[in-house]
Amino acid sequence: MPDLITPTLAGDKLSLSRLLSHIENDSEEGIRALDSLFPHTGKAHLIGVTGAPGTGKSSLVNRLALQFRSQGRRVAILAVDPSSPFTGGAVLGDRVRMRDLSGDPGIFIRSMASRGSLGGLAAASAAMTQAFDAAGYEVILIETVGAGQSEVDVARLAHTTLVVEAPGLGDDIQAIKAGILEIADILVINKADRPGADSTERALKTMLELAHPVEKVFQHHGKTFRTPAATANPAPLWVPPIRRSVATTGEGLPELLEAIEQHAAHLRLTGEWQKRDKARLETELELIVREALFAQFFAGLAPGVIEEHLQQIQRRNLSPREAARQLLREA
Amino acid sequence: MTNRKIRVLVAKPGLDGHDRGAKVVARALRDAGMEVIYTGLRQTPEMIAEAALQEDVDVIGLSILSGAHMALVPRVMELLKANGQETVKVFLGGIIPDEDIPTLRQVGVTGVYGPGASTDQIVTDIQASFAA
Ligand SMILES: Nc1nc2c(ncn2[C@@H]2O[C@H](COP(=O)(O)OP(=O)(O)O)[C@@H](O)[C@H]2O)c(=O)[nH]1
Ligand SMILES: [Mg+2]
Repeated sequence: MPDLITPTLAGDKLSLSRLLSHIENDSEEGIRALDSLFPHTGKAHLIGVTGAPGTGKSSLVNRLALQFRSQGRRVAILAVDPSSPFTGGAVLGDRVRMRDLSGDPGIFIRSMASRGSLGGLAAASAAMTQAFDAAGYEVILIETVGAGQSEVDVARLAHTTLVVEAPGLGDDIQAIKAGILEIADILVINKADRPGADSTERALKTMLELAHPVEKVFQHHGKTFRTPAATANPAPLWVPPIRRSVATTGEGLPELLEAIEQHAAHLRLTGEWQKRDKARLETELELIVREALFAQFFAGLAPGVIEEHLQQIQRRNLSPREAARQLLREA
Repeated sequence: MTNRKIRVLVAKPGLDGHDRGAKVVARALRDAGMEVIYTGLRQTPEMIAEAALQEDVDVIGLSILSGAHMALVPRVMELLKANGQETVKVFLGGIIPDEDIPTLRQVGVTGVYGPGASTDQIVTDIQASFAA
């Protein structure tokens, strides 16, 4: 097993690529590599891009990467697509929309299947982004399909999360259905060249007002009333801006980039950057401890003990809680 | 590494028009449990090698109908080697005259398939190439 860490830190792409595979497969090498890489992490701006299939996420990521590259920043992209629930296989097609990025040594695109990772999607994505971060990529774009909880967890990894909508994908705002609107730092109405962008924007605004109530002043019988402002938070509040884009032409991209920069500035100004970083690391620590305790627990039990307890539980001789207490004593 | 899925890059180099065949193969590989990175039409050998490098694939499937395989394939093999990826297995599908096959084998192509080949055969051959 050749050393992959030193060359990865020095910018060697094959080593980084192989390391990413080890990490995704949760192999011993991958786990050890993460320990060595960790001190080199914490510098990148992690940007999540999520939304329903076909809203134009990959096309948007392509454009965003071009924008960041024009500022001279190195960009890594982690593009996650769903696996087939039946075969575990996957067709990962996001690169099709990222042709413009080929040939640029300051870009690294990696595709990942959502169920391909043995340690779970959120854990694998967190680890993969750490490898990119350590390898010196300053902006990391993470594309996920906003569909399930684990995709939402991936989006939570990011400092800045873009939720992408497109007009004409049905009556509903897709993100509301999927419950991902609350994690949006910026709302993007892509395919703004298509009819229906106005009504999509109106619907999003309504949702935002419910989610981020602002002080309302209204008159009743000649008297002025005020609803209390949303929170007593002394820090300036971030209300997710809505930006329109046409990813196929690049229209609206400078404005979108500006919103991303403003969000990053807001996070730094309010100390929220540090807070998010800490929250993320806390989640990671918890996950690892939980997994380790679990493995330790099962390793400490005699074979068949679980089954015995389960039978007792099923006969209603023992409650699950009592059984758990006994097992924890035995393990 | 027992749990790792076979990762395949499916690419369509050259200028010929459609990618139906490549998509059919991509789906068949997915249905066989592989992870397929699909890159679409009009890929240059440089783009293919770059994608193979970033994706750390085990296999590259090339679909070439234009007749340009004798120019494109050796170039892809050359770039893979330059990148340190000479162990990546390359499978080629398309309209390939019999007399070209020995040369293609010589530059390192693992399998060559004509338009009549079944996707099952391709899947079996890819799996077999990793069984050893
Ligand atoms: N008209 C229009 N089409 C777009 C726009 N952005 C993306 N598309 C197209 O929408 C389709 C899906 O795009 P893709 O980026 O793959 O979406 P994803 O599934 O969310 O990653 C492709 O055919 C794109 O060319 C846009 O702003 N306007
Ligand atoms: Mg996509």
